[in-house]
Amino acid sequence: MADYNPMELMICVAARNLEDGATVVVGTGAPCAAAMLAQKTHSPNLTIMFEAGGVAPILPAMPISVGDSRTFHKAILASSMPDIMETCQRGMVDYTFLGGAQIDMYGNINSTMIGSDHAKPRVRFPGSGGANDLASLCWRTMMMTPQDNKRFTEKLDFITSPGYLTGGTSRYDAGLPVGTGPYRIITNMAIMGFDEESKRMKVLSINPGYARKDIQDNCGFELLWDDAITNTEPPSSQELRLLRDEVDPHRYIIGR
Amino acid sequence: MKLTAIKGNNVNLQSGSNELFSNPDPDTAREFFRSKSRAMVNKVTTAREAVKTLLNDGDYLAIGGFGANRIPTAILHEICRQGKKNLAFAGHTSTHDMQILVAGGCIDRLDAAYIIGLEARGLSPNARRAVESGSIKLTEWTNATLSWRIKAAAMGLSYVPARNLMGTDTFRYSASKEVLCPFTGKKLVAHPALYPDLAAIHVHECDIYGNARVFGASVSDQDLARASKRVILTAERIIHNDEIRRKPHETFIPFWCVDAVVEVPYGSYPGNMPYEYFSDEEYLKQWLTIEKDPDGFRKFFNEQIMETTDFNGYLGLNGGIDKMLKLRAIEHMIDKA
Repeated sequence: MADYNPMELMICVAARNLEDGATVVVGTGAPCAAAMLAQKTHSPNLTIMFEAGGVAPILPAMPISVGDSRTFHKAILASSMPDIMETCQRGMVDYTFLGGAQIDMYGNINSTMIGSDHAKPRVRFPGSGGANDLASLCWRTMMMTPQDNKRFTEKLDFITSPGYLTGGTSRYDAGLPVGTGPYRIITNMAIMGFDEESKRMKVLSINPGYARKDIQDNCGFELLWDDAITNTEPPSSQELRLLRDEVDPHRYIIGR
Repeated sequence: MKLTAIKGNNVNLQSGSNELFSNPDPDTAREFFRSKSRAMVNKVTTAREAVKTLLNDGDYLAIGGFGANRIPTAILHEICRQGKKNLAFAGHTSTHDMQILVAGGCIDRLDAAYIIGLEARGLSPNARRAVESGSIKLTEWTNATLSWRIKAAAMGLSYVPARNLMGTDTFRYSASKEVLCPFTGKKLVAHPALYPDLAAIHVHECDIYGNARVFGASVSDQDLARASKRVILTAERIIHNDEIRRKPHETFIPFWCVDAVVEVPYGSYPGNMPYEYFSDEEYLKQWLTIEKDPDGFRKFFNEQIMETTDFNGYLGLNGGIDKMLKLRAIEHMIDKA
């Protein structure tokens, strides 16, 4: 078995979820690496979009900003932010990736602040940016994140981006488009999905080197477990070669 | 024709609870635009003069571009040098632009979509301190929401409906309102139109009248130029009006939106200008590092911005034309990066 680090595993797992012919809005960093890897493996016709307007670039390297020149380098379209967001709102975007400081059992994400006073937060983060929009309007939202109890928390300080809100049908009752929502949470320890009825986070697959106890011990709420739980396939030597040699040769992301 | 009432009207509609910093009334905007000059006259001026005559303390300010990409740096510096105060600001993925304005103490109200962060580069310690201290009033939005608020204004409306924000604290701390669609009965969010007092937008080229071209991702700037009461364009270069008329399909912003034109080569420095020059990552990193020490940063900010007379002076402090040509080479060698 090839040697790899947790970031490399997460990127490979994320890439496997992006099927050929799909559309995905990505930010900088690991999501962009996952989309590039998917294109180089099983999804040559994956369309990558950036929220500032770049569509289907031939990415020469990792962008620093979701609006820098690289995000529309040799692209088929250098569009606008409203156009990308309206494409999501029309139902033409299959996947997006989000990050955040906190996530709860329904896949709601906080990237705004820690503390209880909005006017005077204990810690302020950048805020939604496009995260709430993409989580509201893309069909499937994924997250790649290290897993610990502080991040996987019972209650968020601030719901920046909607997951399944309070579970069940609450997301759609709130008015968000039916059929959208969190799809996969990919951590260093496991791959999670969501229970069809309750919409609670459910472990689907366990990563090499971890046990059920590790996963639950590093989660601040009670996880559900799939009946047919599997073992996560580690990165193949071909995935690792492409990731290291072609996607991120300077190790900007995988060197973290 | 049979008229019927929409069913399911017993829905509990929510409103965001935070302050709306601008007036969404389209008739107030029409009154302003009624008297805005439509003359196709020479609008070429200096950054100093443009900021002095077109921006007042307390105004609502919006900046074009995205983060550190295609930003009108010379105007941002001039706003600080002239000590403009109590501005409201559209934080629509604002990174280095917000970093400058916060350092200048210019902003006291903020429509926040993405603030204090510089994307993959990290967070601005100085902007973060300012926001965490509570000295800047914040209302929460998102990138799409601010785009659509600007679009609503560009359309001459008071709001635009959308399907984001619902069910979240981002909505709760916004100033949007839930409404029912009169056609489908479905719940939507009404985002109030945003008519900025002033927008400053950096473009690749424009003529002396303000007919402008932008190459690469346009972000929200076509709507922003139309939504704003007053517009300052800075341009990498001024081109002849014949060139505009030769390719009218390339005109990104028409002259009647524009109040002032300032030629500022390398005007997005230290940011990226598509097809022209890449961002100066070392310099942006220097800001993030030096901001950790408030005293050291004050000295740096004074030397870089407050005590320089104009944008050329600032470029001179930071490597001058040699540095600019290096950044140009990086942009053009992007395949090899």
